[in-house]
Amino acid sequence: MNPAERATDLGDLTDPGKFTAPLAIGGASPALLLEQLRMMLRIRRVEEKIGDMVSAGKIACPCHLGIGQEAIAVGVSENLRATDRVFGGHRSHAHFLALGGEVYPLLAEILGRQDGCSHGMGGSMHLYDAAHGFAGSVPIVAGTVPLAAGAALAAKKDGKGGVAVAYFGDGAAEEGGVHEAMNLAAVWKLPLLFVCENNLFASHLHISLRQPSDSIGRYAEAHRIPVEVVDGNDVVAVAEATRKQVENMRLGGGPAFLEAVTYRWRGHVGPREDNDVGVNRGGDLVLWKGRDPVRRLVDALMAAALLDDAAYLRMVDAERLAVESAWARAEAAPFPPATALLDRVYAEGCRP
Amino acid sequence: MTRMNYGSAIRAGFVHLLDHHPEVFVLGQGLWAKWYVGNSMTDLDKIYGTERIMDSPVSELACTGAAVGASLCGYRPVMVHPRLDFMLYCLDAIVNQAAKWSHMVGGQAHPAVTIRGIINRGGEQGAQHSQALHAWFAHIPGLRVVMPATVADARDLLIASVLCDDPVIYIDDRWLYEQEADLPPVSFCPLELEGPKILRTGKDVTLVGAGFSTLLCQRAATALEARGIDAEVIDLRIINPLDASLVIQSVARSGRLCVVDGGWRNCGLAGEVIARVAEAGTTWRAAPVRLTLPDAPAPSSGALERVYYTPESAIIAAVERMFSKS
Repeated sequence: MNPAERATDLGDLTDPGKFTAPLAIGGASPALLLEQLRMMLRIRRVEEKIGDMVSAGKIACPCHLGIGQEAIAVGVSENLRATDRVFGGHRSHAHFLALGGEVYPLLAEILGRQDGCSHGMGGSMHLYDAAHGFAGSVPIVAGTVPLAAGAALAAKKDGKGGVAVAYFGDGAAEEGGVHEAMNLAAVWKLPLLFVCENNLFASHLHISLRQPSDSIGRYAEAHRIPVEVVDGNDVVAVAEATRKQVENMRLGGGPAFLEAVTYRWRGHVGPREDNDVGVNRGGDLVLWKGRDPVRRLVDALMAAALLDDAAYLRMVDAERLAVESAWARAEAAPFPPATALLDRVYAEGCRP
Repeated sequence: MTRMNYGSAIRAGFVHLLDHHPEVFVLGQGLWAKWYVGNSMTDLDKIYGTERIMDSPVSELACTGAAVGASLCGYRPVMVHPRLDFMLYCLDAIVNQAAKWSHMVGGQAHPAVTIRGIINRGGEQGAQHSQALHAWFAHIPGLRVVMPATVADARDLLIASVLCDDPVIYIDDRWLYEQEADLPPVSFCPLELEGPKILRTGKDVTLVGAGFSTLLCQRAATALEARGIDAEVIDLRIINPLDASLVIQSVARSGRLCVVDGGWRNCGLAGEVIARVAEAGTTWRAAPVRLTLPDAPAPSSGALERVYYTPESAIIAAVERMFSKS
């Protein structure tokens, strides 16, 4: 299908030929912009490494890569505190890293090692990092969205201005649990930020073959939850939209919904690019790569003389070396003991 | 000692929890209504406020998931499902999320959530208002499944369930609500130290039940005594994790076992108990017997209900057959 022939309520946001210029960085802090770039480079390098290692047969665990979507997690996370609770899904490496999660425990987890962020019990699809506010990710589509509503309820009961975040995709919006959770969050005024990473695909299937509209925010409107729709490949736009939403939630304003329109460069699972159906993805993918969230920020920083080629290459190289070092360490890390199989089914005790 | 019935004992458990544990709150449909959950929660909303006793939208999945989520953030929520049948909408939150959370994250977090499901059958309510699905939940590693049969357990196992760090399915049965007993003040015992109990000692046959079927076993044992058969009654109380050692020891003495279960036969609780005893190398004096529901949905017609549910007379007859054969 030609992109121009698709019915769209999101308009230009789903047109890969648009939004390719350098980002409008306006008055954003240079230090913050460089930090956003560094984090996006880290996420991309980690995921490229994971993809390479899947191809090389060194990773067996299913890995869902979000290359091309890095700006969303980075833009959202800079507005969060370590005491907030963030829940993810099957494609959550970026959510984990953007909150400050370290590369080594992520790679160790994917390799099933004791040092992993879930002590080697979860793999790529079950990440956990309480110290940075990452409350957990699971691959059951929409599975954590009701849990995030509960975390938001807990935050509301705590009364300290905490928020919860539920990351999910456009496919999850086809699950009833998301709608139930939106209703709950709206009627109970929960401090819950719904972040829909609308990458137009659920597994292999394009949204036009699954829903009558490409807009996911329309569901939030039906639940009277305020919606912001942004270019998900614009870290500045994502960060700014989230900042306003989270500030309002911390003051008791109730839930908010962020729809970030993006595109994943790889297939649903694994490193390949070509396992999708429903559109001529090959052509679209080439166009979407022109809307690269990293490239657009680099171009903007260079145009503003905040970055030059040498500094950029140093950043890329530093992340590459850090990832290689973490990978080597993870490969050498021990596996969980056999006792972990039964020891972790139940907690130790009950409280008097 | 305070005289209570089973329903008011559940309420007393809630009162104890809400009085002493500020992290406890209760969520579910019908909690502000007068009739949804019998006398087991009467006026708790008026005493503890509607922020701790939360009547909810008709969203079993989101509400149960929210209870699981809140339990990962320092709270001890109790999610109440007035009928087990409707609880099937929230199986993802229970089976995929709560049951596996601790394991999946390497033991770093535990969903300290209690999910109360009420078995509410009979009265011509039919196939979707009558199910006893405890065996389903007991199949899932990571869940603790609690079935109080006595008035004391209705209160005390609720307290132990809520104060347990694991996800607990607490299943009470409306057919037990009128049972009465004198209860001492609450004395806490951690759930993981609780297990099956011998409610009546006897040497000739071992009767095993859980929840309402335990009451049937007790009634049958009384009737059997009049017929010269000395029956031991074991109440399983907690069916996951299942500790069968008391049953195995009892059958080693009696050589006869009759398991009564309010669930279905195939892949059910009764078969599991018999298998555990058989695996232990027991010497049988008579073939073990299980009395379960027939493998059919619950009927609506009262005439069929009388055939469907196991009466105590069926237990008496089954036990007498064991003796006529031996």
